[in-house]
Amino acid sequence: MEIRIPESSLVVLIGPSAAGKSTFAHHHFLPSEILSSDAFRLMITNDMSDQSASADAFELLHHALRKRLARNLLTVVDATNLQVEARQELLTIAKEYQVPTVSILFDLPDESVYAQNRLRGEQSLAPHVIRRHMFLLKKTRRILRHERFRYRYQFHSVEEMNQVRVIRTPLRVDRRLERGPFDIIGDTHGCLSELLELLSKLGYQVTQVEQEDRTFYRARHPQERKLLFLGDLVDRGPDSPGVIDLVRDLVNAGIALVVSGNHDQKLVRYLHGKRVELAFGIEQTIEQMKNRSESWKKEALHFLEGLPSHYVLDAGRLVIAHAGLPEQLQGRTGGRVRNFALYGETAKGLDQYGLPIRINWAESYRGDALVLYGHTPVLEPTFYHNTLNIDTGCVFGGKLTALRYPERELVSVPAKETYADPRRPFRTPNEIAPGIDGSLYTRDLLESLRIKSRFHPVVNIRNEQALAAFEEMNRFAIDPRWLIYLPPTMSPSETSSESGYLEHPLDAFRYYQQRGIEQVICEEKHMGSRAIVIVCKTPEVAVSRFRLEQPSSGIIYSRTGRRFFDDEHLEQAMLSRIATAMEKAGFWEQFHTDWACLDCELMPWSAKAQGLLKNQYAAVGAAAEHALQDVVSQLNLAKESGREVDQLLSLYEEKQKQAHLFRSAYRQYCWPVNRLEDYKLAPFHLMATEGKVYDEQNHLWHMQALADICKHDEELLMTTATRIVHLQNEEEVNEAIQWWIKQTEQGGEGMVVKPEQFLVRGEKGLIQPAIKCRGQEYLRIIYGPEYNAPHNLERLRKRGLKKKRSLAVREFALGLESLNRFVEREPLYRVHECVFAILALEAEPIDPRL
Amino acid sequence: MLLTITYTGQSADDLGYLLHKNPTRVQEFSLSFGKAFVFYPVVKEEQCTVALTLDLDTIGLLRRQKQEQLQSLQHYVNDRPYVMSSFFSVAIAQVFGTALNGRCQERPELVDQPLALEATLSVVSSRGGEELLRKLFEPLGYDCQLENILLDPHFPEWGQSSYFRLHLKQKICLKDLLSHLYVLLPVLDRNKHYWVQQDEQEKLLRHGEQWLVSHPERKLIVRRYLKRRNLAEPIIEALEQHGNQAPEPAVTVSNEEEKVPLNRLRLRAVTEELTAVQAKKILDLGCGSGKLIQHLLRKQVGEKIIGVDPAYSVLTIAKNRLKKIETKAMVELVSGSVFYRDDRLRDFDAAVLMEVIEHLEPNRLRDMEEVCFSYLRPRLFIVTTPNQEYNVMYSGLEAGEYRHGDHRFEWTRAEFRAWAEQVSKRHQYELRLTGIGEEAKDVGQPTQMAVFYLQEDRN
Repeated sequence: MEIRIPESSLVVLIGPSAAGKSTFAHHHFLPSEILSSDAFRLMITNDMSDQSASADAFELLHHALRKRLARNLLTVVDATNLQVEARQELLTIAKEYQVPTVSILFDLPDESVYAQNRLRGEQSLAPHVIRRHMFLLKKTRRILRHERFRYRYQFHSVEEMNQVRVIRTPLRVDRRLERGPFDIIGDTHGCLSELLELLSKLGYQVTQVEQEDRTFYRARHPQERKLLFLGDLVDRGPDSPGVIDLVRDLVNAGIALVVSGNHDQKLVRYLHGKRVELAFGIEQTIEQMKNRSESWKKEALHFLEGLPSHYVLDAGRLVIAHAGLPEQLQGRTGGRVRNFALYGETAKGLDQYGLPIRINWAESYRGDALVLYGHTPVLEPTFYHNTLNIDTGCVFGGKLTALRYPERELVSVPAKETYADPRRPFRTPNEIAPGIDGSLYTRDLLESLRIKSRFHPVVNIRNEQALAAFEEMNRFAIDPRWLIYLPPTMSPSETSSESGYLEHPLDAFRYYQQRGIEQVICEEKHMGSRAIVIVCKTPEVAVSRFRLEQPSSGIIYSRTGRRFFDDEHLEQAMLSRIATAMEKAGFWEQFHTDWACLDCELMPWSAKAQGLLKNQYAAVGAAAEHALQDVVSQLNLAKESGREVDQLLSLYEEKQKQAHLFRSAYRQYCWPVNRLEDYKLAPFHLMATEGKVYDEQNHLWHMQALADICKHDEELLMTTATRIVHLQNEEEVNEAIQWWIKQTEQGGEGMVVKPEQFLVRGEKGLIQPAIKCRGQEYLRIIYGPEYNAPHNLERLRKRGLKKKRSLAVREFALGLESLNRFVEREPLYRVHECVFAILALEAEPIDPRL
Repeated sequence: MLLTITYTGQSADDLGYLLHKNPTRVQEFSLSFGKAFVFYPVVKEEQCTVALTLDLDTIGLLRRQKQEQLQSLQHYVNDRPYVMSSFFSVAIAQVFGTALNGRCQERPELVDQPLALEATLSVVSSRGGEELLRKLFEPLGYDCQLENILLDPHFPEWGQSSYFRLHLKQKICLKDLLSHLYVLLPVLDRNKHYWVQQDEQEKLLRHGEQWLVSHPERKLIVRRYLKRRNLAEPIIEALEQHGNQAPEPAVTVSNEEEKVPLNRLRLRAVTEELTAVQAKKILDLGCGSGKLIQHLLRKQVGEKIIGVDPAYSVLTIAKNRLKKIETKAMVELVSGSVFYRDDRLRDFDAAVLMEVIEHLEPNRLRDMEEVCFSYLRPRLFIVTTPNQEYNVMYSGLEAGEYRHGDHRFEWTRAEFRAWAEQVSKRHQYELRLTGIGEEAKDVGQPTQMAVFYLQEDRN
């Protein structure tokens, strides 16, 4: 005897204890596929026969069952399952996950069950237990056929049970072994002549033979391609029976597969003699079938009735379904699957055309399989979240479209006439792939966010940090459609051991030298605020490329994703100045782009950090200088009157000096801004343009590309002073140190040391993309006015950089990942999750002085 | 951080005896947060000045704290070492403890004798400006001179700082002067360095009870000194009962206070709308700390309520607020926002955006609209927002100023109407506009409300 079991299904074993269910299960299934109530009892009590733990054991069993079915894994429930309620519960769970169910009834004669029980020795059950099970078995035998198991098997003897062969069969919808290539065709609706034209355009040789009341078709493709039809073969169009003939012949010849559409289903109901509303095109089909024979109708019914809800093809990489199918229903069968595949999802109420409001299911689609669907006519097929609707409304006077797979090429033929009036205009690309709502989901971000990036192993985001980033993103960040990049944090060099210094270039050089890098670039570190600039060649680009609602010259935002300027006019004016400089530099032509993303520093510091400066730096400076001045003058009075206060006086005079230096330090970076030209923008990375991210170009290339732009507006744009250092050349190293000392003595913030290449991998993954060395005076505003007093400096030297550096590398990888996804035109959520993850990493508690 | 006290009188060196500090040398005191020094800048026949200064060990203090508590540079670079803060108050108690407690072995008769004293404090921080300083010190009989300090003379446009040099002058007992400073310095300090505990109540009463009972700002002083409400309230009550001598300053009970507060009226109005359609499943979008949900539960409106907010911290507050209420309704609080979809929030009878939209950037309203009206699509949608025209009625608001610092816009009635009409048209809702709060001539009511009803399947 053979029993056939669908590859992903729920198998319920039913029978008395000692009937041999467990033995059977272990013989035919993997141990991991079997969920046994005994095993769960054992797990929680150390005693598998402890019936008092049954409720708990089943709770766990059901939980485990759900988790397995969610993964579409075949699962066997090994328990007596002799109670109706127990079986119902299992059926309900199977329905929840839309998997087929199989019952196997161990209907063995009394004597063999009692005999097997005795053989169990110590573990054998009391005879009255078995007796009760046999009683329940009798009842089950009677009622089981009324229960909703898809497949039912039973054994009547031990021999039968031992001889059985279990064969696993794929589900009908499972065509993962079909690898293509395919040509997938959208809703045909009886448009026979357009279909024939399309087939020939696709390269199929179709031959027709007229016979009695119908035409017979044969077709082949020189490359042995296969056709996939998305359903709705019939209604509205001029020759629905003809389309049925053609497609059925191709299916029978094994060169086509078809899924069912809602119109096909309606025709099935009609042909079954059920009452259907004679509207929406079926009336034409009925008219066209008038001359067809009863046997033709019977065959047509048989064909249409047999069409599956969807197919999973090409090793699971492709799914076809008439109205689309979300990931959790793919490769499953059941009422919900069928309903969704045929009709899609609708919302309450009707739209302005009196039609049901369709929910764009593709918005929430996050699956790995490409889903091809139709059902709702669209003007132009548009890839969106790995889905594609290719119903271009041929019957409504649009066109009939096919997608070549895996080439992803669209081929179409126009409709010869308008056979029916659409009640609603075709959906525009913007409606399919909405620009207005980015269709971002809370669960994409807040449920254990893991990002696989091409530059770094998986980055995991802790929930606490995700929540912090979520608030930041919602309350302060710019529109996610603009937010395609955030810059990484930057680690300082190792703490210097040079006397009087906390940071020194030698340590940055040493870091790179130890990692086998011979050449680094030193860039002057501007003291302003980090600014990401997205420039559009023309304001329309904001709408067409970034999918914003309004045209815009671009945006300037901070390293936490906030808009840099409150004054939008100022921002737009600055952006158009930059765009003009780029125009003059011939940038747009050179880079074949109409937008660019630049990583910059924007000066003065006081422009952005006005609040911080006034409330923190200026305030501390004012308090310090006045208080210390008063102490010193009182001490001087005491000294004049002959008291021994020298030691104390010099302590406070030193403090006074440091307070003064503190004020000079922050004053360097402040100047009033009244006009656009009072700002200075220093770009240092050209991050991306259309289709390209410049992570493979070295820093000299970046500097050159940007210098070409800066020279066309020297009032606003500023180049960054740089120098190349060969780390083995002692002279160059010393010169670079002198350069740093000179710069910082003149009030510069310091410098950034980067490896020559933008992205460098070491033995343990990415190495730091940049290391900063801040000047002695600048550090005063970070560590406090008196930080470099010897007893303070000693204590400050104990600082750990490990965490900061790990963050810097992860954020760097995520930022580049985000840009790459954007230029590859991935869906918004895929870009957004990277940027969101950077914000979340920034919420990690870390010493803000680093 | 310098305090000088000058005594002008016949035998000015009495100050040394009173303070228990030898005028001839610098004295150093080790404190847990740094060092204190006492020296005498002036010792003359008829005048004597003592100075107390602090050298705060900021780096040492920071090293005792956890990294999680030090998330901004403000924790590292701040005015603590330079202003007269709670640290200074502790220093007074430790260095001048004997004098503060009114003991003097060698000249006990001086303790209760008012002396011509002058104190200079350099510098004090007062966010309430000059007014607050005067309110605190003048009722104690001081002649106050204040010198405000410019934020930065290089950038005069930045204006004045909140720092002052404060000169106090009065014929007063030294112990009283010290106890005034002991209590009032922490009152001026918004970032007290220690965790205020119960024993602070006792310290406050010991050094302040006598003069606090008649101080008109005693409530403010007690609240700020003790910081925590549950500590402050019993003391305030005790002071009120104790010192029923000074009559309450005549408080003009303005009409405003007798009226039901606006937020209460809003809660009522929203609840009425929800009741009218018998909404069972209700969404509170931007629920904040859960006041609306609390109100709904008390009025037994709704069977399933979900509160949504992007800020996890306020959800925690809401959770605590709501757990005290006994209810049969199912209440859930979830992290979410009007910009992100969440399928748990669909199929609701009603959704409320109460005083939320004005916190969104205007250019993101369309995104909110897509998520709320197109995706969530409840049968009833209630939106409330301030009526900007009414702002002229608030005396504290300057022209063009918003009611809250985080408001990104405030709409006139016409602007709100235009927006609401567009939304109702785009998403097939019927619209009713109304107002909440007392109506004023020409400017309408303080809050405006739009109620959207989903147009039912009419075919």
